[in-house]
Amino acid sequence: MSLILSVQDLTMHYTTRKGDVSAVDNVSFDLEKGQSLGLVGESGCGKTSIAFALMRLLPENGLIKDGYIMLDGKDVVAMDYSELLKVRWRKMAMVFQAAMNAFNPVYTIAQQITEALELHLGNISPTQARERITDLFKLVGLEPALMDRYPHEFSGGMRQRAVIAMALSCSPDIIIADEPTTALDVIVQDRILKQIRALQKELNMAMIYISHDIAVIAEVSDRIGVMYAGRMVEMADSRDVFEHPSHPYTYALMGAFPSIKGKRRDLKTLPGEPPDLLNPPPGCRFHPRCPYATDVCREKTPDFQPMDGVTRNDLSHGHYIACWNPLKGVAL
Amino acid sequence: MNAEAITMTDTALVRVEALKKHFPVGGGLFRRAKSHIYAVDDVNFAIQKGKSLGLVGESGCGKTTTGKMLARLHDPTDGHIFLNDMELGKVDLAEVKGTQLKTFRRRVQMIFQDPYESLNPRRTIFDTVVEPLAVQGIGDLIEREERVANLLDLVGLTPADTFMFRFPHELSGGQRQRVAIARALIINPAFIVADEPTSMLDVSIRIGVMQLMQELADRFAVSYLYITHDLAVARYMCQDIAVMYLGKLVEMTETEELLAHPLHPYTQALISAVPIPDPRVQREAIDIKGGIAQPIDPPARCRFYDRCPRADNQCRDNDHPPLEDKGGGHMVACYKV
Repeated sequence: MSLILSVQDLTMHYTTRKGDVSAVDNVSFDLEKGQSLGLVGESGCGKTSIAFALMRLLPENGLIKDGYIMLDGKDVVAMDYSELLKVRWRKMAMVFQAAMNAFNPVYTIAQQITEALELHLGNISPTQARERITDLFKLVGLEPALMDRYPHEFSGGMRQRAVIAMALSCSPDIIIADEPTTALDVIVQDRILKQIRALQKELNMAMIYISHDIAVIAEVSDRIGVMYAGRMVEMADSRDVFEHPSHPYTYALMGAFPSIKGKRRDLKTLPGEPPDLLNPPPGCRFHPRCPYATDVCREKTPDFQPMDGVTRNDLSHGHYIACWNPLKGVAL
Repeated sequence: MNAEAITMTDTALVRVEALKKHFPVGGGLFRRAKSHIYAVDDVNFAIQKGKSLGLVGESGCGKTTTGKMLARLHDPTDGHIFLNDMELGKVDLAEVKGTQLKTFRRRVQMIFQDPYESLNPRRTIFDTVVEPLAVQGIGDLIEREERVANLLDLVGLTPADTFMFRFPHELSGGQRQRVAIARALIINPAFIVADEPTSMLDVSIRIGVMQLMQELADRFAVSYLYITHDLAVARYMCQDIAVMYLGKLVEMTETEELLAHPLHPYTQALISAVPIPDPRVQREAIDIKGGIAQPIDPPARCRFYDRCPRADNQCRDNDHPPLEDKGGGHMVACYKV
């Protein structure tokens, strides 16, 4: 299978008055055509910053310090504005977190999707645009007659569907979904998740799905990347992550997550809080909270490397981990 | 019915009877409201001493309104809230007024969802936590300081003296929620309404706060009404769960029983929609039609009628079904069970 996206050693800082915040540090991952990668981690772990860096939508104080983002053989980091316009929405589209704020309240949904179509596809007639929107609305399970309504006339679930329709409008190869269901009720969330997953498979799109909720990630991802304090700490196929969590943080995250299925097991607490990224701890950033930390963890940053020692061409397969003392065969 | 009418054998700490809250819509200063939102409509439940009840439902189902009535932040439209308390005896909270209300606030406290909103940014942690003692006129300054320090230690803000004179913006979300818990516990309440206390917190922080709340419940013999949209959290916090839909309780029973054998079609749909943190598990899909509406002047039929996969004429022609024991204390409000 061919790679569609390759991120290498991405490092990103936010400059603030207090100093540089090391939001993303040396993150690498690869994405195959049609593959869905779930990025999971707590607030401030850098998952949303990665999404914004991929789209080059970072705020002014967000600087990509190092690394490259190869999309179809071109480096997104080096692109100028006109090149970005060609890539955004057509190659890579984003489904934003706050559906309430993703639309302008004074324009109808159809006007806003038309605007995106015109900007990214160039000359498109109003009739063509409406035809396209009709198709898109059907695709995401919305009544096409609703396209001339204003965002406030939509419920939260409908609005999220409209955001997805807009993201799909230029048939992107990659869709980046940043917590698209976080504000929704569980029944609506379930429907949207199923819809996203079905569309992703049907249209054979690659997807990067970002969430703090490991249960949601488990539902939509072929592959899972676990992030902590700006670094990727573990990445593997979904089943592998759940069956053999090897980084102590992955293990702790899963042990802390309550489930309604199965026997009620005791939840495990993780002591402490995530570090301040203005002054991240030296060595492994997880070491202050890690029960297995040794001297080497406090001094040297562990490399992100394959568990089995096999070198592969890319990171789209295999089990990778950044840890000096990985767990082996610990039952949850 | 008044307080004396409850039988002496009633051991429940809190007993809610026919509780209602109707909000007027469309009314004005000189104009009567034409319609009402039936936010809470004829709700009955009991919480035993030392046990916690989870109130679960989607946004807009009336769970927060119920909680606020129990803390008397809303006045009920109708109904009774009996508190059977060692200090106060049996009182109907729906009817307490004036100074009695102040005494009652000593016994019932509330923890809010958002620790960024619920703490005054201009007051130190000490000021925030000590306020209930000051309002109730308990102890002198030295005693109060001692109590605050002890409690901060208990909620894990140690060492207490380094936290006492900090401001909320210096604390993380988890620490702030611990302050809110300390404030609720400082006057030894018998009962705490906790409205989504952990939903704003990150996973690794959340479990710590949940475990703290459980430890404190055991230590101080306090009961919670735990309001949440997350069934998985309710499973870990509560002995019993009540499921609410558009102002009505539709199902109520012991937690594990509810999760293993949900009987009401809404509960079944709700449980089947919860994602499972395990890619090997395939969930069975139970979908219900449409979306949640607002209960504005609802017609006299089952509230779930429009979305229910099992609904028939009986559900349409009769009023909302009563919450009945379908065996072993498993209460369900459905004609089709």
